Amino acid sequence: MKIAVCAKAVPEQARRIDPETKRLDRSGEQTLNPFDANAVEEGLRLKGDAADAEVVLFSLGPERSLDALRKALAMGADRVVLVTDEAAAGSDLVASSYALARVLEREQAELVLFGQQANDSDGAVMWAAVADRLRRPLISQVAELTVSDGAVRGKRQTEFGYDVIEAPLPAVVAVSDAINEPRYPSLKGIMGAKKKPQETVSLSDLGVEGERAGESGSRTEVYALGEPPPRGETQRVEDDGSGAEKIVEFLLERKAL
Amino acid sequence: MSTLVFLEHHEGELQKDSLGVLAKAAQLGGDVSALIAGSGVEGLAAQAGRFGAAKVYVADDPALEAPLPQPRVDVAADLVRRHGFETVLFGATVLTADVAAGLAARLDAGLNWDLVDLAQEDGKLVGKRPALDDTVYVDVGWKGEPRLALIRTGTFEPVESPAEPEVERVDVQLEDFSTLAKMIEQAHEESEGPSIEDADVIVAGGRGLGGPDNFALVEELAKALGGAVAATRAVVDAGWYPYSTQVGQTGKTVAPRLYIAVGISGAIQHKVGMQGSNVIVAINKDPNAPIFEYADLGVVGDLHEIIPKLTELVRQRKAA
Ligand SMILES: Cc1cc2nc3c(=O)[nH]c(=O)nc-3n(C[C@H](O)[C@H](O)[C@H](O)COP(=O)(O)OP(=O)(O)OC[C@H]3O[C@@H](n4cnc5c(N)ncnc54)[C@H](O)[C@@H]3O)c2cc1C
Ligand SMILES: Nc1ncnc2c1ncn2[C@@H]1O[C@H](COP(=O)(O)O)[C@@H](O)[C@H]1O
Repeated sequence: MKIAVCAKAVPEQARRIDPETKRLDRSGEQTLNPFDANAVEEGLRLKGDAADAEVVLFSLGPERSLDALRKALAMGADRVVLVTDEAAAGSDLVASSYALARVLEREQAELVLFGQQANDSDGAVMWAAVADRLRRPLISQVAELTVSDGAVRGKRQTEFGYDVIEAPLPAVVAVSDAINEPRYPSLKGIMGAKKKPQETVSLSDLGVEGERAGESGSRTEVYALGEPPPRGETQRVEDDGSGAEKIVEFLLERKAL
Repeated sequence: MSTLVFLEHHEGELQKDSLGVLAKAAQLGGDVSALIAGSGVEGLAAQAGRFGAAKVYVADDPALEAPLPQPRVDVAADLVRRHGFETVLFGATVLTADVAAGLAARLDAGLNWDLVDLAQEDGKLVGKRPALDDTVYVDVGWKGEPRLALIRTGTFEPVESPAEPEVERVDVQLEDFSTLAKMIEQAHEESEGPSIEDADVIVAGGRGLGGPDNFALVEELAKALGGAVAATRAVVDAGWYPYSTQVGQTGKTVAPRLYIAVGISGAIQHKVGMQGSNVIVAINKDPNAPIFEYADLGVVGDLHEIIPKLTELVRQRKAA
């Protein structure tokens, strides 16, 4: 079975939007989107010991993303395919899902996994756009997943309780962060990751026309950046052994005790 | 402006957030229509009229019985194509997020999510979107039509504006792939457990507790404070604590006098369920945890060190 995992490299820290371009500042260190580690882990679990199974990472982003995505290889994923192109910068949901669907179509994985959300966009929507473009059934927010007899079954939480949904393969599944504990890469895994196949493809390799990518392919725009409404004062203290006392003092001050 | 509002329903009731979005659409003006998709749902149309829909499209079909997104994308896409709606609005839920994103792909239409307001500015529709853990507010827009938007949980209150809506049944034609996913089971009854909604004080535990056994730490603290225990989705889904205690988008909305978040990162979907609390205290070992952006007091440290001490200090206070 070929299992695809869609994963994104996101800024590690100090996340900010560049006031000039009104895009996320991606200049600092990148890291594997933590929510995607759950999807990688689930892919590895489903692959198990099967020799003919493969876990392939798919990503859309700048070339440097490879450094961050290598963590998934170190965890045990088999290879990475990164769609990278100057012309793809600034892609919104419509444009990103189009490019991702095109690269996924090339490989025809039986199962396409997504993480719960990209922690820079917090959309938690990409899978639904990709599933529609791939014309495949979708199960999202899955906290428990099983694959058997050519079908995938997922349990997930909604506003009203729990659903159990089943779909035949090939299918698209987005997992929740409660589905597993992602493993830490072993030293051997980290050493081996560099040698695993890391392919980069351009938009033209995929036959994605320029007007479907980047800002020209996007249908949303950002007009202005502003400050959030003030929410009173927030205090932050480091626990130096007196954290509990400080909380009590604070609660007394606020008459909350 | 012509607007279509997708209305979600559950057990014969239109969902409150959907009605809030409908009321907002009515306030923005123009032709406001609503879409209700389901099986045996025609009776809900009148309800939609009471909250601002001049016209209600009803897609009633056994294939729409289960609350699954893909057949709803087919219905909505067909309706938007035929009537040329300029704007399509959704109150964000697990279901509607998937419908909206599927629709965006189908129509190559722009989708803005997590909006906390919508306004007409110089003839343009502008959405307000808190981004990066709500540390920056972004004015977002659309480059063409239709404009799709998901509105954050709990943003707009339903407002009654009684009207007799025109009701039209729509044809339901589904794509072959849209009906492949099947609902096998829906467990919608509340599991037992204490009610957290009326609690004056809540101590909430997250995955930082490390395992179900450590919930004893927050239980002890809650007991000392005379409060209730709550949990995040991550720990509820992991089976550490009952669903009835979950706070957030897919759980309860609470507004106690005091909310203590222990080992909780403070994701937006958690925040929407507790941001109305009067005083928020957070204990987390990661100084970059989003919860520190909105906790009145944030303590960066190990909960295993802090919570037992805090419980002891509270006990002493109460005894004194
Ligand atoms: C559609 C949708 C709906 C959702 N609905 C909800 C909802 O209703 N409610 C909800 O809660 N979530 C919901 N979520 C999930 C949400 O996005 C987060 O994934 C979830 O809230 C994370 O839970 P957590 O804070 O317990 O876990 P984590 O995000 O893993 O955070 C654990 C925290 O504990 C800290 N920690 C670890 N060890 C220690 C220690 N020893 N001492 C102190 N701190 C420590 C870590 O630094 C970390 O910040 C939803 C998501 C989606 C996409
Ligand atoms: N640029 C990208 N490349 C690969 N996968 C992505 C990308 N953006 C989003 N995803 C996937 O889609 C999920 C949801 O992302 P989002 O809808 O942006 O919050 C993530 O957890 C990833 O699995």
